[in-house]
Amino acid sequence: MTSFPRISLRTESPSSALATETAPAIQVRHLQVWYGTKQALKDVTLDVPRGQITAFIGPSGCGKSTLLRSFNRMNDLIPGARVEGEVLIEGQNIYAADVDPVAVRRHVGMVFQKPNPFPKSIYENVAWGARINGYKGKMDDLVEAALRDAALWDEVKDKLNESGLSLSGGQQQRLCIARAIAIKPEIILMDEPCSALDPIATLKIEDLMRDLRERYTIVIVTHNMQQAARVSDYTAFFTVTPDRVGYLEEFGKTHQIFTNPRSKITEDYITGRFG
Amino acid sequence: MTSLASSSTVLTPTWAPIRGARRLWDRLLGPLALVATLLGLVVLVVLLIDVFRDGWPRLSWQFLTSFPSRKPEEAGILSALVGSLWLISLTALFAFPLGVGAAIYLEEYAPRSRFTEFIEVNIANLAGVPSIIYGLLGLEVFVRFLFPITNGRTILSGALTMTLLVLPMIIIATREALRAVPDSLRQAGLAMGATRWQVVRDLILPQALPGALTGTILALSRAIGETAPLITIGALTYIAYLPPFSLEGLRTPFTVLPIQIFNWVSRPQAGFHQAAAAGIIVLLVVLLSMNAGAIYLRNRFQRRTV
Repeated sequence: MTSFPRISLRTESPSSALATETAPAIQVRHLQVWYGTKQALKDVTLDVPRGQITAFIGPSGCGKSTLLRSFNRMNDLIPGARVEGEVLIEGQNIYAADVDPVAVRRHVGMVFQKPNPFPKSIYENVAWGARINGYKGKMDDLVEAALRDAALWDEVKDKLNESGLSLSGGQQQRLCIARAIAIKPEIILMDEPCSALDPIATLKIEDLMRDLRERYTIVIVTHNMQQAARVSDYTAFFTVTPDRVGYLEEFGKTHQIFTNPRSKITEDYITGRFG
Repeated sequence: MTSLASSSTVLTPTWAPIRGARRLWDRLLGPLALVATLLGLVVLVVLLIDVFRDGWPRLSWQFLTSFPSRKPEEAGILSALVGSLWLISLTALFAFPLGVGAAIYLEEYAPRSRFTEFIEVNIANLAGVPSIIYGLLGLEVFVRFLFPITNGRTILSGALTMTLLVLPMIIIATREALRAVPDSLRQAGLAMGATRWQVVRDLILPQALPGALTGTILALSRAIGETAPLITIGALTYIAYLPPFSLEGLRTPFTVLPIQIFNWVSRPQAGFHQAAAAGIIVLLVVLLSMNAGAIYLRNRFQRRTV
């Protein structure tokens, strides 16, 4: 069914393998997305750098979440969604006819806007993904490692059998990150992961993102420009055409985008003149 | 109240005061609603008292363990009680997997299409079809057409007919339970690289199961009181043996509690009327036990999944 490279769960850290590679983690080529007859995203071409944090910013309806969701084929779940162009991960177009979306999602983790832990124990929240993907190693070790990586272990180690829903919002979101990294993806997508959290919890998530950087390629959609400036290495600014189709206006190093944008529209947006 | 009206300039005199007809309706509605509630309750209580007065003295171990008889004092409910339990267990066995399966297909797999819509409308309509129509269908399909399998007017034919009857209700209840599971849970599961089946099995079904079970048991409690479709397919009223506990037992004639009760009520002797009242008590006990079971299962699964 699939020719997508099946990488088994690696026990060693992926950073050593990736440090030598400098090829982009995701290559987007002339990507267009429609919902029914409405075009949501127009001709996006973009290289997401490996082992870095890339932020997608822009006004509502600019297609930044749409683009994010096209990286793990979550748009497939929306009736009427249609994609043209290519998204290459590990050199392979994930929209090729013989690629199984399930295999894609196995390698591209996702953290959602609203924390959505499974209605299971904290332990099971982390172990489930590994189990359904046929993990053969010691589950206890995997769960502990993932929770430590997500900076949650010390808070939950004495109550692993309690429901994931009993945690606070910020803890739930870190549990969702632990759940995502437990299956060792190459890429983690974050769709406004802090928009439902208070400032303290937001800072913890941002610290966590910096810790995970280099080991994973992280793409974050955010409405919060300060957040993009604080955590990201690269920033892509999206906006909409007058007929409400989203497109990529400018992409570059975060420092350059925020201090010396090439585009007038980008400058207007980041200085708060619109959006 | 008065100080508010006099001191505040916001409450201008152009507003109607809260008295007169407006206040009257407010005072009346409570008691009227209470009467409406009590009316239904009182009728039910009177009915129960009447049934218990007639039936309670007749209720005995002998009544529960005897077959029907020509002599009212020797008549018992055994074959009807066993028939009802057989019928309802078999119906549950057939209808639950079919109903839950259909609901999973419609909610989780089916594409939004004309065909799906057509199926949905039909299921909703089937839930409202009079039960005797199912009896006619069962007579034609299970009793006559599938005679080599069912052996005619047997427990198996009855259970299959009842399955058709309860299936739409189970599908609708299960679909509602599935729809109540937030979409964010499906997305979370799929984003982990799970297949649709893994998401349904591990994340969605455990959440929807209490609702599906409750719906199933309520549908079955309706089925256990059904008479019309079983009379149509030709359940007997005089069964003086128990079906052997085997596959062959499924292919034997049967009777059920409502049919036995109906038969006793229509006899002239007062002794049979008492037997009928006692039979109603037995039927009520079976029904209430099933509803209690539904509540127990729901509570148990709800605790387990959170």
